[in-house]
Amino acid sequence: MTHATISHPHATPTWQGITTLKFAWWLFLASEVMFFAGLIAAYIVLRAGSPVWPIVSEVLNVPLVAGNTFILIVSSVTMVQAYAGIQAGNQSQLRNMLLATTALGIIFLGIQAFEWSALLREGETAQSSLFGATFYTLTGFHGLHVTGGVVGLIFVTLKAFRTGYTQAEHGGIELMGLYWHFVDVVWIILFTIVYLI
Amino acid sequence: MAHPPAAHRAPYMRVFVFLVVLTVLEVLLAFVLAASPAKVPMLIALAIAKATLVAMYYMHLRFEGRVLRVIAVFPLILSIVLALAPSFDVLARR
Repeated sequence: MTHATISHPHATPTWQGITTLKFAWWLFLASEVMFFAGLIAAYIVLRAGSPVWPIVSEVLNVPLVAGNTFILIVSSVTMVQAYAGIQAGNQSQLRNMLLATTALGIIFLGIQAFEWSALLREGETAQSSLFGATFYTLTGFHGLHVTGGVVGLIFVTLKAFRTGYTQAEHGGIELMGLYWHFVDVVWIILFTIVYLI
Repeated sequence: MAHPPAAHRAPYMRVFVFLVVLTVLEVLLAFVLAASPAKVPMLIALAIAKATLVAMYYMHLRFEGRVLRVIAVFPLILSIVLALAPSFDVLARR
């Protein structure tokens, strides 16, 4: 049996070669997968069982959201470049890439807010139809996760500007990156299921 | 904190190009194959390919040990079960 080990009073405990914090973070992400799986399963059942469903491309602004998807993909690249930067001990790359990721996250949310406001003006609300209820629930919960990610990014960016991360110790950047990429993965699935199918 | 040893060699920009190309392909297929029965399986396959690229290279699962891979894959299997199981109910109602 393998036990968590602490070799030094200030060392990060590890288990199976993984820090316990990173292990716990992956368990958290696994629970998040199940959260979104429940929502997506509900969407599939409601949509498949509904006698009426709009032609999605006529209701939703697919080109706009495809552009927003591109923005989120770019933000994943900048996030991973921030991580690569601090792994190489490059503080300026870390800071610039974190700033870029934060800005792209805010732009994503801005475009989503614009999309929502346009839909609401057209009378498509969460109460107006089953389509509206599922659309706002799925994209809303994802947007909430992006918002949480942006708040986290602001914190780690501020810490990075105080030289809070080093080449040897940058666990916070890795965990932030894992969360941000998870949010990207969820959007990749949602974009296909909600906007393209 | 322990980091995946080979993560710094990951082809981040190449993966980015793949993701962009697959996204463009997805959007084009959604319109070109609008009425085709092949549309849904093809779009789902492309989405799974994109999600896998992000998980393997940006989340570094390709470079991690078995424990984290199991933690990552197990909920995906449960998710597929969760998504498919209610479909029998939908089919029964038709």
